[in-house]
Amino acid sequence: MTNFYKTKKMVMSKNEINITIKRLAVEIIERNHGTKDLVIIGIRTRGVFLAERLAAEIKKISHKIIPIGILDITLYRDDFTSLAEMPLVKETQIPFHIEEKNIILVDDVLFTGRTIRAALDEIIDFGRPKSIQLAVLVDRGHRELPIQADFCGKIFKTAKTEMISVNFKEIDQQDQVTLNEQMST
Amino acid sequence: MRILIKGGRIIDPANRIDAQKDIYIEEGIIKRVSSNIKINKPNVKVIDARGKIVTPGLIDMHTHLREPGREDEETIASGTRAACKGGFTSICCMPNTQPVTDNQAQVELILSKAQKEGWVNVYPIGAITKGLQGEEMSPIGELKKAGVAGITDDGKTVYNSLIMRRALEYSKMFKLPVISHCEDTDLSAEGLINEGYISTILGMRGIPRQAEEVIVSRDIQLAEMTGGHLHIAHVSTEGSVGMIRRAKRMNIKITAETAPHYFTLTDEAVKTYNTNTKMNPPLRTKKDVQAIKRGLQDGTIDCIASDHAPHLEDEKNQEYELAPFGIIGLETMLPLIITELVDKKVLTLREAIKKLTVNPARILGLNKGTLSPGADADITIMDIKANRKIETFESQSNNSPFIGYTLKGFAVCTIVGGRICMAEGELVAG
Amino acid sequence: MRLKDRNLLGIETLSPEEIKLILDTAVPFKEIFTRSVKKVPTLRGKTVVNLFYEPSTRTRTSFELAEKRLSADVLNISVNTSSIVKGESLIDTAKTIEAMKADFVVIRHSMAGAPHLLARTINASIINAGDGMHEHPTQALLDLFTIRDKKGKIENQNVVIVGDILHSRVARSNIWALTKMGAKVTVVGPVTLIPAHIENLKVKVAYKLDDVLPNADVIYVLRVQRERQKQHLFPSLREYSELYGVDMDRLKKCKKDVIVMHPGPMNRGIEISSEVADSNFSVITEQVTNGIAIRMAVLYLLAGGAEKVEEGE
Repeated sequence: MTNFYKTKKMVMSKNEINITIKRLAVEIIERNHGTKDLVIIGIRTRGVFLAERLAAEIKKISHKIIPIGILDITLYRDDFTSLAEMPLVKETQIPFHIEEKNIILVDDVLFTGRTIRAALDEIIDFGRPKSIQLAVLVDRGHRELPIQADFCGKIFKTAKTEMISVNFKEIDQQDQVTLNEQMST
Repeated sequence: MRILIKGGRIIDPANRIDAQKDIYIEEGIIKRVSSNIKINKPNVKVIDARGKIVTPGLIDMHTHLREPGREDEETIASGTRAACKGGFTSICCMPNTQPVTDNQAQVELILSKAQKEGWVNVYPIGAITKGLQGEEMSPIGELKKAGVAGITDDGKTVYNSLIMRRALEYSKMFKLPVISHCEDTDLSAEGLINEGYISTILGMRGIPRQAEEVIVSRDIQLAEMTGGHLHIAHVSTEGSVGMIRRAKRMNIKITAETAPHYFTLTDEAVKTYNTNTKMNPPLRTKKDVQAIKRGLQDGTIDCIASDHAPHLEDEKNQEYELAPFGIIGLETMLPLIITELVDKKVLTLREAIKKLTVNPARILGLNKGTLSPGADADITIMDIKANRKIETFESQSNNSPFIGYTLKGFAVCTIVGGRICMAEGELVAG
Repeated sequence: MRLKDRNLLGIETLSPEEIKLILDTAVPFKEIFTRSVKKVPTLRGKTVVNLFYEPSTRTRTSFELAEKRLSADVLNISVNTSSIVKGESLIDTAKTIEAMKADFVVIRHSMAGAPHLLARTINASIINAGDGMHEHPTQALLDLFTIRDKKGKIENQNVVIVGDILHSRVARSNIWALTKMGAKVTVVGPVTLIPAHIENLKVKVAYKLDDVLPNADVIYVLRVQRERQKQHLFPSLREYSELYGVDMDRLKKCKKDVIVMHPGPMNRGIEISSEVADSNFSVITEQVTNGIAIRMAVLYLLAGGAEKVEEGE
């Protein structure tokens, strides 16, 4: 059986994505009363690009460079022994101490919450931050764990079989968020 | 008991017969061999042998029956059952039992047990040296008197060349062949498999061909010197075949046997670490297999013997290095010969039968291996078209590398001394 | 991508793609060593039995650390502390381990093929940590990782393996691994310690170390065992050292960026001089560090479970 996905609906356009990221940046600065002790950690793969864009927006507003880290949560997954393909492990890069920092954890889509659970566990293994706040571009519902976003770009109701696909021009040629449907042959 | 075997293709190499004939047996003796025999007597058991091959009873001149000493591996009863199932009517049992067959009493014990419990004729082979120690000659004359068909220290080489010389000289008086297990154990140096590419990649100590050939060469020279009858057991290398061939041309009194695995398998088979590929001498290479086949073709190798060596599953199911050498062979020998040699046109059926009947009989001086009227009614009937997957054995052990092989050509009826011991592939209790 | 076999018994049966996968996977594992908590929960709840029939502090501790950094439960069974001494067969030991529901067995054994016997007998994934003179796959993988790390690539590197090739599982695994990945391998040693038909493995054979050193990018020095002298394989350690010992005089004839490797433990002053072992040419301590990352990568890749297709998040 081969799976492929058919685009059903545009969720966010390039323009909407840009505006949303700007808004998220403002909210993050407001909520943290500035950028003191603020660091951003993106979850591979697309959370990293979102993190970089957020950092860029925050810099525009506050003229401060926010340190960025990259998290690969593969080794913290709770499902990897049941996957047909072993996920390729990539490096986690957190080039700063997280002690007493306010961490903005960034991912593109919030779904079951399991990725975020893994990411939290991994961050804790690096030390004890002052706080961890979650920022996502799209919250598509269907949570399986008590996890919520502190900063959310858009809440978008989906069916469980559907797929939200976030594209960033850094790797996907264009910026867009689409709702896709799985087709089986 | 009267038996009439009708309609089979009779192959009797000793009498140069290959034709459709009937055989009539009475009182354990072959009475007549001719076309369309009709018997007007009561109680004649008629065997329909149409489409089958009828030959003199097969002889395996190299079997380890393990009794006495290792009855957990094989007994005279179970080993002869396996022989009967495999189509053999006579087997020779090697003296490396515990105790060793190096005295008259031991020979008599084996013969009396075989008389009572055996399914086929058993000919003990005596030890060349006492306790197989290679130091003192056994009482060869007494052994002969008790009934041995040859002498050997099989499993070991008689290391002392002087003792080997004396054995070859002394045995002449009794017309006994000296069967030599050729292995220079200093050269084989506790090796496990053939020394070559496979031993290199598997990281196993190798046994070079020369470990065999050095002793073959020595023994040929001693045979030439003494005029004694030298028989080389389980020939496995190209070099040995060449030396035996040259020795025969020089009219040295030498005969030789090989075992089915030496023309069937190579050391490639060891790559699975299946300990049933571990035997001594070890499986060699393609080149050696081809040389063995040529040796069989041109008569350099006189006969094929099983070197049936039973071992317990627990002994074999351990690290390759710890597992004992040897495999069973009585029940796979005939099908391997048909499948690998006859079907592949290495040997004609007649040549193959010769190497299983009249040749070993002549080497051992047995009054067997023919279908001449007056001879003992030892007869094997085989179906050379039957295919079967090798799964279970009559032998008490099952250490065979051929489990799972589908082979062709099986004995369907074995008659020993006029008694039907196996019919339609099933043993018949008497 | 995953490994084809659920066991790692040797390099011989691995494809170049599989070798690359293991090396690539080891890179992120090495990063974990720099964290304050040098541990990930990946193998939590899994049991690994380290079954060592030969003493080996080095390999066992490396595996143990790899297992612990993956949060596995680790059980060490070694010759001195278990019933093996009392003569229990490998099969019976295997059945005992099976009953303990081990997920992995890392086995070191003095006899070739012992891991294969274990793999045939029990369900756990078997990792060969060295079997007789046969293979030592994780050693070769960590060596390749080290070469790639230091040289940027493995392909076309001239690797000279010097010493007792005949008795060396490290040499065999490295020859398979290096040639599969496109390196050019030359083995050097006394004739008596070069096994039959080794050239069939696509390696060059040389007997004079000085002839092959100028071209070498990597010099891999094997440990020489004193007992070989008693087996008439070379006349004396002094002569061996003179002919095949790697010292500073010899290194002077080499390329400036040559690296020297050794699987350990070293006989300083015999196959390698102390000066070389402690020089900047030596990558021997990196080999040790990389060994842990490689073993973590192997455990991770072998832990992959069922063949069912499941969509990730």
